Amino acid sequence: MTDATSGSGGASSLFTVDALTRKRNAAETRFRAYGIIAITVSLLFLVILLGTIIRNGMPAFQQSFITLPVHLDAAKLDKNGNRNPDDLKKVTTFGYGPLIDRALEVHVAELGIETPFTKAKELNPLLSASAAAIVRDQVLASPDLIGKTVEFRILASSRVDGYLKGRVTRDSVARDKSINAEHLDLADALRKEGVLTKGFNWDFITGADASESRPEQAGIGVSMLGSFFMMLVVLIFSLPIGVAASIYLEEFAAKNRFNDLIEVNISNLAAVPSIVFGILGLAVFIQFAHLPQSAPLVGGLVLTLMTLPTIIISTRASLKSVPPSIRDAALGVGASKMQSVFHHVLPLAMPGILTGTIIGLAQALGETAPLLLIGMVGYIASNYPNGIAEGFLNPNSAMPAQIYEWAKRADPAYYERAWGGIIILLLFLMTMNIIAIILRRKFERRW
Amino acid sequence: MSASWLLIVLIAISVAGYFLGRSRVMASVQGNSRQLHSLPNYYGLNVVMTTLVPALVLLIAWVLIQPMVAQNHAASMIPDDTYADQGALNLLMSDVRRIADGLDLAVKSGNMTVEQAKDIQTGTTDIRSRLGEVGVALGSDVDPAVLTAAQAYRGVTNTGRWLMTVAVLALAAAGFAWSYLRTSKDLRARNLVEHGVLALLVGAASIAILTTLGIVLSLIFNTIEFFKLYPALDFFTSLTWSPSFGGGSQLGILPLLWGTLYISLIALLVAVPIGLFAAIYLSEYASSKVRSIVKPLLEVLAGIPTIVYGLFALLTVGPLLVEIFGAGGFLGLGWMKGGTAVMTAGIVMGVMLIPFVSSLSDDIINAVPQSMRDGSYGLGATQSETIRQVILPAALPGIVGAILLAASRAIGETMIVVLGAGAAAKLSLNPFEAMTTVTAKIVSQLTGDADFASPEALVAFALGMTLFVITLGLNVFALYIVRKYREQYE
Repeated sequence: MTDATSGSGGASSLFTVDALTRKRNAAETRFRAYGIIAITVSLLFLVILLGTIIRNGMPAFQQSFITLPVHLDAAKLDKNGNRNPDDLKKVTTFGYGPLIDRALEVHVAELGIETPFTKAKELNPLLSASAAAIVRDQVLASPDLIGKTVEFRILASSRVDGYLKGRVTRDSVARDKSINAEHLDLADALRKEGVLTKGFNWDFITGADASESRPEQAGIGVSMLGSFFMMLVVLIFSLPIGVAASIYLEEFAAKNRFNDLIEVNISNLAAVPSIVFGILGLAVFIQFAHLPQSAPLVGGLVLTLMTLPTIIISTRASLKSVPPSIRDAALGVGASKMQSVFHHVLPLAMPGILTGTIIGLAQALGETAPLLLIGMVGYIASNYPNGIAEGFLNPNSAMPAQIYEWAKRADPAYYERAWGGIIILLLFLMTMNIIAIILRRKFERRW
Repeated sequence: MSASWLLIVLIAISVAGYFLGRSRVMASVQGNSRQLHSLPNYYGLNVVMTTLVPALVLLIAWVLIQPMVAQNHAASMIPDDTYADQGALNLLMSDVRRIADGLDLAVKSGNMTVEQAKDIQTGTTDIRSRLGEVGVALGSDVDPAVLTAAQAYRGVTNTGRWLMTVAVLALAAAGFAWSYLRTSKDLRARNLVEHGVLALLVGAASIAILTTLGIVLSLIFNTIEFFKLYPALDFFTSLTWSPSFGGGSQLGILPLLWGTLYISLIALLVAVPIGLFAAIYLSEYASSKVRSIVKPLLEVLAGIPTIVYGLFALLTVGPLLVEIFGAGGFLGLGWMKGGTAVMTAGIVMGVMLIPFVSSLSDDIINAVPQSMRDGSYGLGATQSETIRQVILPAALPGIVGAILLAASRAIGETMIVVLGAGAAAKLSLNPFEAMTTVTAKIVSQLTGDADFASPEALVAFALGMTLFVITLGLNVFALYIVRKYREQYE
């Protein structure tokens, strides 16, 4: 290193650091710092992302309710007085709405809360548009209630709900046509009296989607079922097909042109954008085979094709990890090639295969783009499927598609639902991945 | 018999066949299984295979093909002058199917007798209300031609179902009889079963080819259809994208490609430096303890579904950027008008790609032989000098491959751009403006109730074809580079 010594000029010592070494050391420190910065930045993104999800999504699990004694006026609900269910059904929700508004007015007066409102109708913005339907359903279920005063737990409207959660402020209400500051004063007063309460929102987890104007009623339950049926389809098809294909490629395939073609296809399919699988599903399953649109069956088939490469790749890796001595031993005691694979190699590779399948399923569960093309968005998934066949064939949504649907709606109350839906989706994904990790830890064998 | 019942019957026959075949061969050697060619189970399985597999294949094929035949037959019953084009015919056909299903339902629920359903006339019965009773809602009153077609559809379907039951059961019975009678102690049952299983394995593996074929064919046919309605030259060279379902749309792909590439570029500008430096640090500097914590955390980023990133872009990053770069924002620049922009989608997509780039680069850096590092250290180079001057050049082809794979991911990404990039197709250099991409337009052209015969809907297939070709090309090229590089050190 003559350059280095001549560069520092004259007498140099190993104990004093010369300029060039200092420069090199500084470069070293800087380079290392870049790495640390890169990792910090990416972890920061992760923290921000998860923080945003939790902060915005948690309110969706809380819901405001108004507990209200409603006098079910027999003169309005059952004019004939014979409690005939067919006659009762003729009274629509329009018949029930005024009763509930009136009940709220009476209740407010009883509690001694002063309000500037003179008409019962003006109190309506506090209540969810679903209130009348809820009361009506209950009355139709038990007509004996008519004529009595019954206590109902009614959903508060999404604006009031948002006010309690801090999403709606008095500033934003000033620009809002459907509710004004006096309503919020009343909401405050009702909250003090314990009429307006906040509770855990089971309906969000188990409920159905609601129309655009009733975000307080929307739930993710139905689309969760849709996702469940889709995952069932994916599991039923992709596990056996994926395992069979991997066994063939790993254990039996000779090196020839046909098998090379399969290999190339699988590695390319793994990299095809998911939206292209959506186009395939639309063209083949819906246009060509006339399978029902928006059905979980179709969604499941599309996702099966999409996850197959992933499952095949991981299954082959776990088949490969079974040492050849196992095969040789089986062949040595007289097993056929097929017997050695099915009796010895496959059972030993099973934990790895299951892990890969679960991870593939988790990937499929979160996939959205292909579902948009086969019509799993754009309508309200409000009906639970009756029975298994309907579960597969009736139009339904899926969790990610439902989240997308909510994100597109104009009312900010739906954004809260979308974030809440994401929390549920991520919980599912986390559970699946943890199961996969546990399986791997528990059964992994080092040969 | 419906297909599902038929399936159950088939399975029942096969289970019975298994035991019958097994007991027959055992009886033929008076219970001494050592005289058999194969283990007793294989004789049973052989019967199962010959009974079940051909019948099942026939059943599946029938279920798939029958609706098409019925459809074509019914369509031929509708006079040509009642519909204007293919789209109108499709609408009529969906009516036909609904009426046919409704009649079936009415018979099933006891609302009509079989004869009534067969002889029903538009003149004498109000079909719409009759079907309404069983819960089938029709949009309008029933046209006589449509009803005739529906009856024809029902006719073909019913006969077809009948024939299917007979054919499938006959095939199963024949298979059963053949293999059962052949069962004797000298039958090479194991070899037969194993050949059958091998055929099934090959079939499963061929699904990969079928999928590719399905993708390519569905893209090509619809693209050709599109180019019949809209000139290909305009599609590839026009600078405007303004679809209108009323006709007279301009469908140029260039603004979409520009948006796609611009967003991907920004995503790579975010992901490549961060991902690469993270990979370098993790593989060269970090202790194994740090690595075992940080690597899984980075992979969490990769495991988050893209819809989550999309929502993050739309609701968090977009408004944040507007607060910084928007009018009256933090910097007071007024560059950004709305939350959805190239920048929004690009940054979020970059975050999504970080773990992708870092884990690929990590593998590649680890594949550089230790001897090269030791050689460099031996000459007195510092760690960073070794990385910059020895490891990175050696790993460069692989890293380029990784970046290309990331680019292909970025180009094919859908949810982030659908939610974060905006809907307007623009050719602009301003990264704070809303632009749109190929994938976002595929989604917007194919969702909704557009009929698939119009150029505005078919253009999505041409866009899909372009996307498929670009991403496939990038992948093949990237894998080629990676593979070529790997060969050097193995």
